[in-house]
Amino acid sequence: MKTPRVSSWMAAVVASSLFLAGCSAGASDSGEQAKKDSMTIAFTAEPVNLDFTSTSGIAIPEALMENVYESLVRVDGEGEIQPGLAEDWDVSEDRKTYTFNLRKGVKFSNGADLTSEDVKFSYERVQNDWKNALKSKMDVVDSIETPDDLTVKISLKKPSNTWLFNMTSLVGAVFDTEGTDDLANEAIGTGPFAIEKFSRGQSIDFAARDDYWGEKPAVSKVQFKYFKDAVSASNALKSGEIDVVSNLQAPELAGEFQSSDYQIISGTTNGEVVLSMNNAKGIFKDKKAREAVMHAIDRKAVLDTAWAGYGELIGSMVPPTDPYYEDLTKVWDYDPAKAKDLVRAAGIEGETFAFTVPNLPYAKAISEIVSAQLAEVGLKADIETQEFPAVWLDKTFTEHKFDMSVINHAEPRDILTVFSNDYYIGYDDSKIKKIAEKADTGTEEEYVSGMKEIAKTITEDAASDFLFLFPNLVIAKSDVAGIPANRVSDSFRIADLSWN
Amino acid sequence: MITYVANRAIQFVLALIVASVVVFALMSILPGNAAQVALGTNATPDAVAALEARYGLDQPPLIRYFNWVVGMLSGDFGTSYVTGAAITPVIVGSVQVTAILVIAAIILAIVIAVPLGTFAALEQRNWIGVTISALSQIGIAVPNFLAAIILVIIFSLTLGWFPSQGWMAPVEGLGGFLIRLVLPVVSLALVQAAILTRYVRSAVLDVMREDYIRTARAKGLTRTKALFVHGLRNAAIPVITVAGVQLATLLVGAVIIEQIFVIPGIGSELVRAVANRDLVTVQGIVMVLVFLVLIINLIVDVLYPIVDPRIRNAS
Repeated sequence: MKTPRVSSWMAAVVASSLFLAGCSAGASDSGEQAKKDSMTIAFTAEPVNLDFTSTSGIAIPEALMENVYESLVRVDGEGEIQPGLAEDWDVSEDRKTYTFNLRKGVKFSNGADLTSEDVKFSYERVQNDWKNALKSKMDVVDSIETPDDLTVKISLKKPSNTWLFNMTSLVGAVFDTEGTDDLANEAIGTGPFAIEKFSRGQSIDFAARDDYWGEKPAVSKVQFKYFKDAVSASNALKSGEIDVVSNLQAPELAGEFQSSDYQIISGTTNGEVVLSMNNAKGIFKDKKAREAVMHAIDRKAVLDTAWAGYGELIGSMVPPTDPYYEDLTKVWDYDPAKAKDLVRAAGIEGETFAFTVPNLPYAKAISEIVSAQLAEVGLKADIETQEFPAVWLDKTFTEHKFDMSVINHAEPRDILTVFSNDYYIGYDDSKIKKIAEKADTGTEEEYVSGMKEIAKTITEDAASDFLFLFPNLVIAKSDVAGIPANRVSDSFRIADLSWN
Repeated sequence: MITYVANRAIQFVLALIVASVVVFALMSILPGNAAQVALGTNATPDAVAALEARYGLDQPPLIRYFNWVVGMLSGDFGTSYVTGAAITPVIVGSVQVTAILVIAAIILAIVIAVPLGTFAALEQRNWIGVTISALSQIGIAVPNFLAAIILVIIFSLTLGWFPSQGWMAPVEGLGGFLIRLVLPVVSLALVQAAILTRYVRSAVLDVMREDYIRTARAKGLTRTKALFVHGLRNAAIPVITVAGVQLATLLVGAVIIEQIFVIPGIGSELVRAVANRDLVTVQGIVMVLVFLVLIINLIVDVLYPIVDPRIRNAS
């Protein structure tokens, strides 16, 4: 009696699981697609909208600059300025007037022709209507004239070496005079791609334009897919659902891709990972205390432990792709004994300081090893993890309630911003202000030497500890070509991508 | 019966009002400034103040509260100042996604748990019943994100049967929709099924000890037949209660699963909105979640008298 009953129950369970399996069968249509014409790339920071004129952050320009929007000039992988929408340009004798000759036959994705009026409109809009704080990069512009349809004359208030480079960033984006009604949802530019579909928080689908002025991209459909979680992104690459992970936020996962099916590219970015110290108040106001930190930290060990050795030691606020880079890694050597002496000299032995750490993977990893190294020399870190961006921006960045923090300053050429008086680090910039002014208005050689002097002064002042340059860690299927190794600008250029 | 339902409905409305006040108050004391977040690390204090004014953050809280409530009553959750888009369509879209996920998960959980739990009760003294009990105990101990990771490793990375992440709306392709649904739904359902199995088992055991089952057996019915004819309906009450609670748990618990599988549900929207200090969106989403949880409770409450005549007649 017993046995048949059991088997009938079993049969029911088996039948229902078979039914469930049946539901999912026949749905396996997500295998190999028409691969050669499309590519899917994983990103971390997702754009909340498409309008970088009012929203800051890297996510929007990363997706749109050079792909949808273009500037008069662009920067290549070696940090050199190249023609963009301007075929060429002349600089006046006093270096205050730039005359740009626009390319012929450039069309916006809404069909309108590019004219000098569009450029004038776009750049005046930066000064008048933008809400993104980066708009200050356009402050130096005095007037914009349009002698004819394809010529733009831009006059500066004073000569500036940084301005033309800044024009390669998002402030240089050229909009159509009729194309700025709904920037948050609709991006109309002159670039090789147009946005086919924007699913907020999910993905952006780019489609190559037939009427693009330049060379047609090899891959005509590109999707940016946004993953909060690095493991999800790397799983998606392993199972073949995506083709590239644009910047792996968990370097320890890179080891899993060491096979001939994948390529690992570790290039540079503009992101200096800074162990910032509050120069204006608290325990690190004393230069001796800051010097102690500089000697106490073994930066190589920090890089190896916190970021699996990917990245580059820099020793200053300047990435190697900038023209004024100089190797300053030797200024402060790792010397715990000296650090201990300095701690004693500063009279802060055994003291506790507030270490505010944004809840970002690299920051948390760094905070642990840094506190351990500082404990060795008699400094005790009181670690407070703060949610990024909201809480960190509020407490550390705005209210300056911190002694030490750690953050990746990702903007290009941001040394003067980060080390100005009113920035959260509170560096006394009286020494470098004059040099900066002279460097910007001087000749190119004077610019390079002036900026070198500034970088050196800041490092020698032990204003903050420059731990390492954040790597551009890209993992891709081995047959993907044209991935930009170095991230020099704020964009991820997709026009050069192709399949081998 | 009518007074019973009316009472429950009034409780529902009161709870909703209290919740709206609490949600609004919490948002107001949350650290972090939306204008500061929107402007980022290069902003000047002047620019932040200007943007605050534009967002209406400089208005008194009472006025902001009433504007918000009045808007919601007409189905308008306002405009996000972070995305610049209307919030209502975002919420409607993402709630649908989460609803599909959660309802599929609870159905799967019930489909697994009811036969398994009943079976475990009937076979409680032999190895099959013991095995089911032990397995369900393990199932309860496994958090759903761990289940998700294990499922991805087995069925996606190793076997390659299902994609490891992603979402496709049913209208974009039913096959693609279903295949992407499997792993997230199974990871959500496993834990709930384990919990539910134990409740079903103990409910059935309780029922089997009742006098009327003994009477039914005495009249010549087999154990199984007595259970099916007289027992199951009585065992349903505690199971409905638990399933209701589980549905509410799933609604909120789906947040993590949505993150792992990159699913554009209400949980993902909530996490994004919190990170961006998109307070208007956070308020809206939390209110919708509160509303859904309360509605589920209301439905469960209303279901009792329908299932059980004793409750119906008592009230």
